[in-house]
Amino acid sequence: MSSVWMVLTAICLLGLSGAPGCLLSCRSSAGQRVATLLMAIGGVLGVVGVGTSLGGGSETSLSVPWFLPWGRFAVGIDALAAVFLVPVFIVPVLGSIYGLGYWSQPEHPDNGRRLGVSYGLLAGSMALVVIARDGALFLIAWEVMALAAYFAATAEEHENADVRRAGWVYLIATHIGTLCLLAMFALWRSETGSFALAPALVMSSEVAGTIFVLGLIGFGCKAGLMPLHVWLPGAHANAPSHVSAVMSGVMLKMGIYGIVRITALLPVGPTWWGGVLLAVGAVTGVAGIAYAIGQHDIKRLLAYSSIENVGIIAMGLGLALLGRAQGRGDLVLLGLAGALLHVWNHSLFKSLLFFNAGAIIHATHTREMDRMGGLAKRMPWCAALFAVGAVAICALPPLNGFASEWLMYVGLFRSLSSGGEVAMAAVALATIGALAVACFVQVLGTVYLGEPRSDAGDHAYDPQASMIGPMVVLACGCAAVGVFPMMAAPLLERATQDWMDLSGPVPAIEALAPLRWITVMGLSFVGLIGAAVLAWKMLSRSRTIGTTGTWDCGYAQPTARMQYTGSSFGDTLVGLFAFILWPKKYWPEVRGVLARRSRFRSVVPDAILDRLVVPAFDLVGKYLPRLRMLQQGQTQVYVLYVLAIVIVLYMWGAIGA
Amino acid sequence: MLERLIYIALLLIMPPLLLGIINRTKARFAGRTGQPLFQLYYDLAKLMRKGLVLSNTTTWVFIAGPVVTLVTVVLAGLLVPAGPFASPISFTGDLILFAYLFGLARFFTTAAALDTGSAFEGMGSAREVTFACLSEPAMFFALLVLAKVSGTLTLSEMLHGPAGGFPASAVAPLVFIAIGLFVVLLAETCRIPVDDPNTHLELTMIHEVMVLDHSGPLLGVILYAASLKMFVLGAVLLHVIVPIQTGMAWADWALFVIEMGALAVAIGVVESVMARLQMRHVPYLLVAAMLLCGFGFILVVR
Repeated sequence: MSSVWMVLTAICLLGLSGAPGCLLSCRSSAGQRVATLLMAIGGVLGVVGVGTSLGGGSETSLSVPWFLPWGRFAVGIDALAAVFLVPVFIVPVLGSIYGLGYWSQPEHPDNGRRLGVSYGLLAGSMALVVIARDGALFLIAWEVMALAAYFAATAEEHENADVRRAGWVYLIATHIGTLCLLAMFALWRSETGSFALAPALVMSSEVAGTIFVLGLIGFGCKAGLMPLHVWLPGAHANAPSHVSAVMSGVMLKMGIYGIVRITALLPVGPTWWGGVLLAVGAVTGVAGIAYAIGQHDIKRLLAYSSIENVGIIAMGLGLALLGRAQGRGDLVLLGLAGALLHVWNHSLFKSLLFFNAGAIIHATHTREMDRMGGLAKRMPWCAALFAVGAVAICALPPLNGFASEWLMYVGLFRSLSSGGEVAMAAVALATIGALAVACFVQVLGTVYLGEPRSDAGDHAYDPQASMIGPMVVLACGCAAVGVFPMMAAPLLERATQDWMDLSGPVPAIEALAPLRWITVMGLSFVGLIGAAVLAWKMLSRSRTIGTTGTWDCGYAQPTARMQYTGSSFGDTLVGLFAFILWPKKYWPEVRGVLARRSRFRSVVPDAILDRLVVPAFDLVGKYLPRLRMLQQGQTQVYVLYVLAIVIVLYMWGAIGA
Repeated sequence: MLERLIYIALLLIMPPLLLGIINRTKARFAGRTGQPLFQLYYDLAKLMRKGLVLSNTTTWVFIAGPVVTLVTVVLAGLLVPAGPFASPISFTGDLILFAYLFGLARFFTTAAALDTGSAFEGMGSAREVTFACLSEPAMFFALLVLAKVSGTLTLSEMLHGPAGGFPASAVAPLVFIAIGLFVVLLAETCRIPVDDPNTHLELTMIHEVMVLDHSGPLLGVILYAASLKMFVLGAVLLHVIVPIQTGMAWADWALFVIEMGALAVAIGVVESVMARLQMRHVPYLLVAAMLLCGFGFILVVR
């Protein structure tokens, strides 16, 4: 079987994996197991297909006419698509295995099947988005993906009003994005004469710029670039955790893929394209992680951190675009390779963290971090896995986040040789890094370390193997990419070649940024830690180790509630960033000698959503109902409208001609 | 090879002496005799022989804190050149690894503090990560200046400067970043005016409060790693302040040791003549450091 057929078969298997479950009882887990099996087969087949497509010799594209009057059923796999296909085929499969324990069908008879069907469709449609080589097919796959994600994320909408609200915000946001994409593809068609997604060699710079901006808005909406991120925190927080993992780890990357693909197809643009993307990425990164620090809900926090990571990826892309405009192959290679590697890395550690958050919520039945604490004692496996994910997401060596950010850093520092404006993004990246450490130490400390702050975790325990297993796989992935990043280098170099035909000999990442040294340093770190642990073991055997309570300054009755909470941990930073976060504090009113019981509360709501989008929609809701007089509820009248508009357009066209 | 061995030996042996020099300087200013110069060595020897007490609340993270810190600081130290000699390890882009190794140390130190479940240690670690968010940009601006001036991306060549020494046009930016880096050094090594290593009140501590519950060998590792950190950051700073070399190997080694001692005296003087800043004013100082380094960068690329 040729590689393109393997991938298409894999897409069908993933997309239809939920279907058999619809025919089976909603109270047995048989359907879910079948779905997981189908997804696993599909995932393996897909990865094999992608692998053979890279090997060469196998058919990697297919183009046949189809039933629609426009466009063709055209698909193709190049190295750029391969980079994005790998997480699409791996993460949803792991999520499906995780879902066996997390969202088992017998425990969710009402919505389990709905989730199964939409989850499979989501995975399949994402793969189709990546391989589509025709605008019409791309948009269809894009819309299926958007709707499948809606149905998967709002599985609990009948029980929970928050879920419904988050679902609506998502649906509106995603369709505003799709609207921009429709306009973009219409413009593409009118300019190139077809929907085919083939490189446009000549295009006027105004049109190319318009297409770029439309693409940036449309795809940026899906990726979560600020200020288009408003749907993201709510949708991720309220979705089942394995759906959050797929949405955050993979679906956001489809927006990134769109930007990468459309810039690959457009002719070389002016420098402002890269500059805009670099600036938007820096703002998204810093603001995203600052918002994350202010959150109390673990899944909202992870969602904001996804926004931050999308910002980092956008910075890499911006650097690559700038390099392309300036004819600097080294910047293109380092920027794009860093961004693409970060796409992989984020899908690894963010899925790991969302799975972990799911396990925590499963154990404590709350998403409020300030009600947790001390879970490391009850859930040692989850605590260790979370620590791996947290170190990785903070881009700290020796794990994978560092490898990709390092490539970007080297690129940014290399840009110093031609002016210094671009290199300042390195400072933004460093700030993001420091803030990420603050954020994830806060989560690790509040959730897993210290003493339990409430009885929420009294019955917590490590979840079953089907939930731990996928996390272990992802953690191993983080370590593998972190220590041996050069394994990915050939693929990244080829993807860069696909993105921009670099004239001259193909540069090697190794020559610009010696990844083997990352391996050397990673291994020596692991070795030294191993030696230190051994030394500790030897030493602690010969010493008396006493245990006692934590030092409390002699206070007689310390309680667990006196611990620093996550909110107090992040309070100074939230204060420093108050100019973008607009935190709200509700102080208790303390009056009289014997004050009554009172409460203090602080929240960091999404400023863009609460102060901009919601008021704007309120205004719309206030004034636009006047248009309802057009809405008669009679089909004949609606057909009349259609006729009238067609006549007007016809006349307009006639006059124009 | 010999140079590397000498440097590694210095890196591992000399740091506790710096603390002795600082304490001696402070004692002189206060009109006291002060501790012996080698006090920290005695303390370390004593602590490593002791047993230890662990809190019931803690987990493996508590032990990982000191251990990871020590390992990362040693690795970071291997990337820094001493005087005119090349660093033991150097490769393109090692400056990023250098900065991020300190990030890794910070992650585990602060996590270990939270592991005890004490509000005081929570405060300390919150302050540590918050102030790092301000000193990190300063550090990167400084690295950008050095990279721009020297035109390379390896820490070793960057700190040694271009072949003919730093050009005259780079003097102003280098002065700016030298001041900025000195503030970062004071903040990262928890000295006055940012933090007071001798304070007795838990509420006002930063670094000392995070390690309240560590005892015995673990405390020894922490003290040793802290002095190593000062040595490593100091070695970076010395290249910017006094880029002098004699050309004779033995004289350069002697010069390096003397310079390092002088830096410790300078830190001691700062600690003696300044009062500690109020906690809420510390961010201003760090922002000032960032601004200095930022303006240094603008001067160099203008």
